[in-house]
Amino acid sequence: MLHLPILRWGVPYRSVNQVVTPHFRTRQPFVSMSQANVGLIRRDLLKQVEARELLLKIPVAELVKMAGRAAGHFLNDTLPLDPESGTTQTPQQYIEQVSATTGMPFSNVRRNMNKVHGVLDRVEEVLAGLTRGLDLSVLDAGYGTVNGQMLSFFPRTDALGVVLPSNSPGVHSLWAPTPVLKMPLVLKPGSAEPWTPLRIINAWVKAGLPAGVFAYYPADHAGGNEILRSTGRGMVFGDVGSTKRWKAEGGRVEVHGPGYSKVVIGPDLADQWEQYIDVIAESMSNNGGRSCVNASGVWVTKHADKIAEALAKKLTSITPRAADDPDAVLAPFADPETARRISATIDGDMKGESGEARDVSAAVRGSARVASAHGGNYLLPTVIRCDANHPLANREFLFPFASVVEVPASALPDCLGSSLVVTCISSDPAFRARFVASPHVDRLNFGPLSTTQIGWDQPHEGNLFEHLYARRAIQRLA
Amino acid sequence: MPVAVPELDKARTTLDAWVRELMQWHFSPETGCPFWLQWAEKAGWDPRKEIHSYNDLDRFGEFQDEWLRGGPVRRWVPRAFKDQPIYTFETGGSTGVPKSRININDFRTDYELYSKTLPDDKFPRGSDWLMVGPSGPRRLRLAIEHLAQYRGGICFMVDLDPRWVIKLIKMGEMEMMELYKRHVIDQALTLLKAHDNIKCLFTTPKLLEALCEKISLKKAGITGVFCGGTEMTPQFHRFAVEELMEGAEFRPTYGNTLMGLAASPKRRPEDDWAIIYYPPAPRAMIEVVDPDNPTKIVEYGKTGRARLTTLTKEFFMPRFLERDECEREAPCEEFPWDGVRNVRPFSRFQKTVVEGVY
Repeated sequence: MLHLPILRWGVPYRSVNQVVTPHFRTRQPFVSMSQANVGLIRRDLLKQVEARELLLKIPVAELVKMAGRAAGHFLNDTLPLDPESGTTQTPQQYIEQVSATTGMPFSNVRRNMNKVHGVLDRVEEVLAGLTRGLDLSVLDAGYGTVNGQMLSFFPRTDALGVVLPSNSPGVHSLWAPTPVLKMPLVLKPGSAEPWTPLRIINAWVKAGLPAGVFAYYPADHAGGNEILRSTGRGMVFGDVGSTKRWKAEGGRVEVHGPGYSKVVIGPDLADQWEQYIDVIAESMSNNGGRSCVNASGVWVTKHADKIAEALAKKLTSITPRAADDPDAVLAPFADPETARRISATIDGDMKGESGEARDVSAAVRGSARVASAHGGNYLLPTVIRCDANHPLANREFLFPFASVVEVPASALPDCLGSSLVVTCISSDPAFRARFVASPHVDRLNFGPLSTTQIGWDQPHEGNLFEHLYARRAIQRLA
Repeated sequence: MPVAVPELDKARTTLDAWVRELMQWHFSPETGCPFWLQWAEKAGWDPRKEIHSYNDLDRFGEFQDEWLRGGPVRRWVPRAFKDQPIYTFETGGSTGVPKSRININDFRTDYELYSKTLPDDKFPRGSDWLMVGPSGPRRLRLAIEHLAQYRGGICFMVDLDPRWVIKLIKMGEMEMMELYKRHVIDQALTLLKAHDNIKCLFTTPKLLEALCEKISLKKAGITGVFCGGTEMTPQFHRFAVEELMEGAEFRPTYGNTLMGLAASPKRRPEDDWAIIYYPPAPRAMIEVVDPDNPTKIVEYGKTGRARLTTLTKEFFMPRFLERDECEREAPCEEFPWDGVRNVRPFSRFQKTVVEGVY
């Protein structure tokens, strides 16, 4: 069985406490992960300053070059997995290992792999988006002159602590550029997806970054909480319940929960809805519907019934396929009970007395929502037609799921609630302006763009640079 | 090393004889406590006549947790001790109303026996102790002080209320919990700096970690650490020995108000840092039983639920099912009776037991 070590500021450590994750299909033990105890994490994190000093010695320009090399190593190279046993990992093995513990089809893993590669390869462009084009060499001295104006930034922390999810490797692109910002990383991987963060670390190290700037702690919830508590700035991925505590801290920890992303068709283009079915279906189903940027709501002012029907028909083509099928979209659930539980939650909400809801997909598909195939349990794409006040109108699940809701144009966008991504399909400047003014929309797409389409130069889900650095006033006697 | 059969037989013979003696004690009107005398009356059989060995104690059935929750606590005082000063000690109180156990001298006896297992070079006689652990109504507070005094030392104390810690965790007041922990550790540091003769420390795993974040045990002059009070994992065991002790002796312990104090055997590489304990037989026995059939003891190395039987003249508690699970450990040379390995909260209980930082 494979073993993944703890990395204690780059030094591999095999714990007495191991947690075994099975292969989603065979349920046989697949990988054993060394687990870090809380005391060990606390003790290591007393050395954050030393880790940061390693990065302070390296100019930003050199870190940018390393990021480019790391991108290539991540995508193409055989990298170490467990130095103690000498186990290594080829790119194909990486894809198969992620698939084995998460259920994701190879094609989805490969797409996410390219996403992580992209963010490292184009790190200058990404960071320019985050900093509005700031010359990052200002971080080398701590201050500098940009366009004739003196600027200075100070770090808000000595390391970034990140508690990671298991749903999709793409989310790792959010923190992958951190070393370029001269900030050490303390990572707690998701229990089913420990592979990507470890591979990113090993790619960075192969590119020349000192291993001592990375701490990697597979651990339980207490370990994750300790990482967030002991680092000055953090990032956490999880559901509403598990992240509530950190949200209450008011920004020290950046919370990445459900996205509640949506596609909206404005009244001016409502009658042309048929043209947008493909982009809505893509927004729902890209990456198996597992991302926070996947659309879970379609809000329109007219033709909701027809849109729901057409969308359900379109999505029937997405069926369970083998993990290595290049056309596979859906990911089975590593824990078979999860699929049944999610489906039961949807059915339970539909039977509730909170307004009318109809599973449009059920009639179109003619089969149950939960399907067993290729040794896994899948949830088939589901389109619900319901009122705006129904509990399912604003829900998100880990599979292609969306509710189609019809509201008066005047109610938009206020009725949407908090939304990570909104694709606003409208040519009406006044209607668009209301979305621009909304404080509840994190990322806004104008026109028929998939909610999952990422612009490298656009900050997504918070701004990493602003999370790690604050600007200070500075003046100098000429 | 396997234990020779005569040693096992001798331990068993001693245990059986002790059980017979205790039956006479606890079920005679001149010496027994009201609870057990009334119990025997209702049961309609006389344990003095019908219990001949340790195995016969199964006839009592399972000891009910609820019997120890609430009063009157004097029903547990054996008539023979009615004029003695009585202590009452409470369990941690992680779950609901705490259980109470009366005590006269048991805690002293248990810790005097345990003292024999401590190496004098690491827990020097005449040196002072620092106790940073649960205080208040818990037995540990007096027991550690007695251990220190028994070994010729003085015990310095820091207050710690674990129930407040549990409450803070349940309220989600993690920062407040950290502040309380810091308050406890600050007091410990002050005492260590002020008293050079403190060489022995009792504390809990989490407080040990917190203390070692602030000081080097070696520089503070600590040569022996006696650690317990909450669950301890093999990984913590390794971490403590390899990274916190700096040459000091680490003695993990498993003790509770109801049993007394279990000792650890010498550490062996093949145990891979497992935490192994042996009860203070014949004063207490721990067995590992099938959770679905608690009269059936599991095979050596197999997992089951811990079942405790306490056998002292002050307190008789047969077949009590603990809220813990563990593996059954074979007898060893030092302890020729059953032990337990890697005690941890019983996984079948849905309700999470908050143990906190103490």
